[in-house]
Amino acid sequence: MSSGIRFDSVSVAYGKNVVLDGLDLTVEPGEVMALLGPSGSGKTTALRAVAGFVRPASGRVFIGDRDVTSLPPHRRGIGMVVQQYALFPHMRVEENVAFGLKAQKVARAEIPGRVADALSMTGMAAYAKRFPRELSGGQQQRVAIARALAIRPGVLLLDEPLSALDAQLRSGMLAELARLHRELPDVSILYVTHDQVEALTLADRIAVMDRARLQDCGTPQELYRRPRNEFTASFVGNANLLPVSVGVGSVSLGGAEVKVDTGEVAAGVSATLCVRPHLVGLGPGPNALAGTVTEVQWRGATHRLYVDVDGQSVKADLRELRKPPSLGEEVTVHFAPEDAVLLSAGVTHD
Amino acid sequence: MLVHSRKGKWATWAAFFVLFLPLFALPLLVIVAASFAGHWSGAFPSGFTGEHYSAATRGESLQALTTSLLTALGASLIALAAGTWAALAAARLKQRGDGTTRLSRLCGRTLDTLFMLPVAVPSVVVGLAVLVAFSKPPMILNGTSTIVVLAHAILVTAFAYQSVSAAILRLDPAYEQAAASLGARPAYVLWRVKLPLLLPSLTAAAGLCFALSMGELSATMMLYPPDWTPLPVRIYAATDRGATFTGAALAVVLMAATLLVLFAVSRIRTKASYR
Repeated sequence: MSSGIRFDSVSVAYGKNVVLDGLDLTVEPGEVMALLGPSGSGKTTALRAVAGFVRPASGRVFIGDRDVTSLPPHRRGIGMVVQQYALFPHMRVEENVAFGLKAQKVARAEIPGRVADALSMTGMAAYAKRFPRELSGGQQQRVAIARALAIRPGVLLLDEPLSALDAQLRSGMLAELARLHRELPDVSILYVTHDQVEALTLADRIAVMDRARLQDCGTPQELYRRPRNEFTASFVGNANLLPVSVGVGSVSLGGAEVKVDTGEVAAGVSATLCVRPHLVGLGPGPNALAGTVTEVQWRGATHRLYVDVDGQSVKADLRELRKPPSLGEEVTVHFAPEDAVLLSAGVTHD
Repeated sequence: MLVHSRKGKWATWAAFFVLFLPLFALPLLVIVAASFAGHWSGAFPSGFTGEHYSAATRGESLQALTTSLLTALGASLIALAAGTWAALAAARLKQRGDGTTRLSRLCGRTLDTLFMLPVAVPSVVVGLAVLVAFSKPPMILNGTSTIVVLAHAILVTAFAYQSVSAAILRLDPAYEQAAASLGARPAYVLWRVKLPLLLPSLTAAAGLCFALSMGELSATMMLYPPDWTPLPVRIYAATDRGATFTGAALAVVLMAATLLVLFAVSRIRTKASYR
């Protein structure tokens, strides 16, 4: 079965409204690619272009090495799971899972075995005779996944599969999806989500989308540690984004000089400094900044401080403090030079 | 109920009994009373007898009932098939987004209007139109039972079309898309997913068409051949010649038969109706 997905400058427009603008992206065979972005970023449109539910205005979509751009959905060999599951309410769980096999005229003798396999893989074997309405949301989602896997697709499209579940179930299903992928190492997965935790946990690579465009693409670690632009920095994980002007080997933040790797950013321009809140420390150290505490939030394991440094609010996540500073107190915060990333303004807004 | 105070509730019930019951229930009760009456000269009928009923369920009258039932069955099946087909086609044409043009949406709306026409046009006109259209070669149906069934089908298809259209609009496209992503061809999706999910609306539409056809008089009057006289025509004929009580008995039979069929149709419980 062919696997892997390739977008070749795919654009989709509804009338004059461009919802996907020249997407170039390759999902390798066996890879989990998360499409991460806010609503309206074009991520679901990209998935629907693979499924065949929207027709690109230009560009080609490949599944494996087959150009599927003009194939109808039922001839694309995909498995798909959507947010609302879309289980057929008039069929029992086993009939739902068998649907794709019957539709594709799989040999009758083979069907019960494959249905049982798919159901046991998702832990739903005991519910084969139930109707969807008799199952909880999490169980319905498992059936939907079993139904998609039963046809042994080369690519699996997941469209916000966990967003209808509550937080606890969600983390359980996340682990479940990771396990399923280990059991099916050849299946490419395109996973659309607006939740960065899901993307960071599950994906081999993340494609960050915003305003119909691909903003950034890389492994979760790359995107988290070395974001290429402000949007990625703020959307993947939390970030302090501080406007600075660039010098040689350092930048000036308000009045303070801060040592960072300026890389290829030319001296004299203004840029944005990105520092993760959990990498900001309290007290003196390298790259110390003096400021006033404007807000203290206790979050159980951590304290979140908001410190006003020359008019810029700096967030710091600190392991729970015995004596948290009080509001208005003068404090010093610091961060290691290697923990800061300088984002040149030119990359940020295209 | 939206009225909460005890007094308010009583007032509402009182208003219901005083205003609505006489309006909707009493005329029907009067028919039932008349159907048993021997004479009706004062305020109330007298000389009760079951004679009208024995006349109403024998010979020509029984034949008329069968005729009505067969006509309604034929007309509603044709209407259901044609209406559903057209509704599915119109929904596909009007669908926004992929592969549809302004022209196809215009066609969809035209289809909507076209199927509204038999409702807007008086049924006498429809009857006359059918009569004129099929009285000349190449299609001469004048004087056959087919022309009656045909006219009824034309009249009730609009209702089938509208209720199925509304149901298709409510149907979540996710089902169709999920089925397609699993490799099901459009025809397979239609038979295995869409029609089963639409079934509750289809049976409701069938019931409506059946009831409308059972009561149809004005177009039938222009078309019926002597050997295919539906019950409403008999009722009209009976009252016209002054046999009001016989007409009333026939009317009760018509009412009962229709209600019985509607009840049976409503018993067709589908798995999808438990959604």
